[in-house]
Amino acid sequence: MDLQTLIYLFVGLSFALYIGIAIWAKAASTKDFYVAGGGVHPIANGMATAADWMSAASFISLAGLISYKGSDGGAYLMGWTGGYVLLALLLAPYLRKFGKFTVPDFIGDRYYSSLARTVAVIATIFVSFTYVAGQMRGVGIVFSRFLQVDVNTGVIIGMVIVFIYAVMGGMKGITYTQVAQYTVMIIAYLIPAIFLSLMVTDNFFPQLGIFAKTTFAFHDGVKEIPAGTFLMHALDTSLTDLGFKAYTQPGNLWNMFMLTVALMVGTAGLPHVIVRFFTVPKVKDARASAGWALFFIAILYTTVASVAAFSRVNTIDRVQNVEYKTWVTQGVKKADGRENHGAWFKTWENGSLLAWNDRNGDGKIQYAAGKAFDDKKGKPHFDGKKTAPDGHRLTTNALPAKGAKPFDNEVYIDRDIIVLANPEIANLPNWVIALIAAGGLAAALSTAAGLLLVISASISHDLLGQVIYKDAKTGKSKLSEKSELLAARLAAVAAIVVAGYLGINPPGFVAQVVAFAFGLAAASFFPAIILGIFDKRMNKAGAVAGILTGLIFTFAYIVYFVFMGGDKSDYLFGIAPTGIGTLGMVLHFIVAYVVSRMTEPPPQHIQDLVEHIRVPRGAGEAHDH
Amino acid sequence: MTEEKAQAYWRENISTILKLLVVWFLVSYGAGILFINQLNAIEISGVKLGFWFAQQGSIYVFVILIFVYVKMMNRIDEKYDVHE
Repeated sequence: MDLQTLIYLFVGLSFALYIGIAIWAKAASTKDFYVAGGGVHPIANGMATAADWMSAASFISLAGLISYKGSDGGAYLMGWTGGYVLLALLLAPYLRKFGKFTVPDFIGDRYYSSLARTVAVIATIFVSFTYVAGQMRGVGIVFSRFLQVDVNTGVIIGMVIVFIYAVMGGMKGITYTQVAQYTVMIIAYLIPAIFLSLMVTDNFFPQLGIFAKTTFAFHDGVKEIPAGTFLMHALDTSLTDLGFKAYTQPGNLWNMFMLTVALMVGTAGLPHVIVRFFTVPKVKDARASAGWALFFIAILYTTVASVAAFSRVNTIDRVQNVEYKTWVTQGVKKADGRENHGAWFKTWENGSLLAWNDRNGDGKIQYAAGKAFDDKKGKPHFDGKKTAPDGHRLTTNALPAKGAKPFDNEVYIDRDIIVLANPEIANLPNWVIALIAAGGLAAALSTAAGLLLVISASISHDLLGQVIYKDAKTGKSKLSEKSELLAARLAAVAAIVVAGYLGINPPGFVAQVVAFAFGLAAASFFPAIILGIFDKRMNKAGAVAGILTGLIFTFAYIVYFVFMGGDKSDYLFGIAPTGIGTLGMVLHFIVAYVVSRMTEPPPQHIQDLVEHIRVPRGAGEAHDH
Repeated sequence: MTEEKAQAYWRENISTILKLLVVWFLVSYGAGILFINQLNAIEISGVKLGFWFAQQGSIYVFVILIFVYVKMMNRIDEKYDVHE
């Protein structure tokens, strides 16, 4: 079967599976809709959490990011996994014992304040939308590359699929769909990784591949790196030859530290992750479930470092000094007889994510450190569809300054394409490429659905049920079960439409937008929840002041430096915007503590509530008010 | 449960969490960031140790830590008779 048919087949089958599950797991009550009826097995919940958590960014962009950053990329790997330790030890069991439906539920009840609840709702919606925009964009990229449809059409197809299973099944539908999506995603990630590992190092386990020796010799452009060199040595040597920093050489440790904290704490504070722990039957299960979630995440995350290293070696091996025209049209043979076909380069060039600038006019590609195009970020500006006689796309960029060591770089490679292009670069069979397409979609859709559910729950349950239609006397919602369920479904529809709009008109590129969500979650939810559990004396005034401080500070800092062109030299303590959530969190803790100690302690029934959530017994099921 | 017993339970809970968080901090922030250069002097099959902790090792330890926590807490819950 040809590649295109296989891709349609794999993607079509996986979509049919998700919709089938959604019909089987239709939500009948608000409890089904918000917390999947509260009876999910910890292992199933762990798997669903892993799918919920691992987004298009994890699946598509992460290995490319690490491959480009080398040692410093560790911040992302530790940050996006270490947060589960915090979640398991500090949040999950207590929030499960508290036993309501949403994060604003906890904030609103614990701080006995509609204001705190409303702020939490706004923060939830904002964080979730910034994150979901990145997912819809990921869906669009996968569709446009693999299904040959326009990015916008891709986003709309994605919206329809999520619509079907999220609106119908709610959390129940999402949970079981996510179990299926995790399975698709992990197979799609591991199989190419295993192929790559066998190809580059002869080791079946990609995790161990970084400890192995290379199976082939390659010329890095300066000298020959013989076969049988330790992989990491081959990488360090070739990159330093080409003027890059050595792969294992750490950069700015202070920024790495701040970024790791922001990502870890942000992970533990993301509402769509926290809410998953409301779906298991017991406190004990909430703890175990966090362990399983991290176990399933770790299967992918421990592979990332290897995929990143393999693909960097592969890129140099395949691209360096090949003659463009022959390479992309008919392929070339390496000196040792290996096939090397550049069709993938042409495909991604057509997608504007790769570009070649023949600066020395030798018709061959040179890859080295430095910008190949004169642009702030080294990006090419394509001159419409115009091509040079040899077929490569022309750009309108001015020529960058010549004379770099060891030679001028001529290639621009977008980091986001590494995972998607890997199987083609390595000449893997067509079904592996089709699998990657299905996996990328599973990663994006599962996360998008989880986020949309959190948005809809915070509107229908928290905002409508607990703030606007709250009965002042009984403290209960005036909405009937049936109308709240309808409201939840309508809110989910509205959220999907907004998410689709953001996917088509994205506010930045995928990784940047996601980093934004983490910073805000780290500075707002995490400290508020921790203090609510571990500091009995924490009161309404302290919490509200803390949340607002963390949120406004982090928001303003990111907007100033990322979107308003603030200069690096003005960074506070040299902290990059991606790591600023850490400082926002520290400020939140300090302000909340000081304000709470200067004001009245919380009322007795709140202090009793804190005592109550600290012990596991008597959790019961997640319930309405 | 008596006030005293509840306090003892909470203290034991906190000390368990703190012990595990020390390990959590050491493998990630310690080995993977603060002491990465020192550990990078040690090399196993071409992989520098600090680099490995930052990119793989810490993740293995995180998974183990959570399951150890689950085990320890289940025991403490039963000891104080607050298990479900």
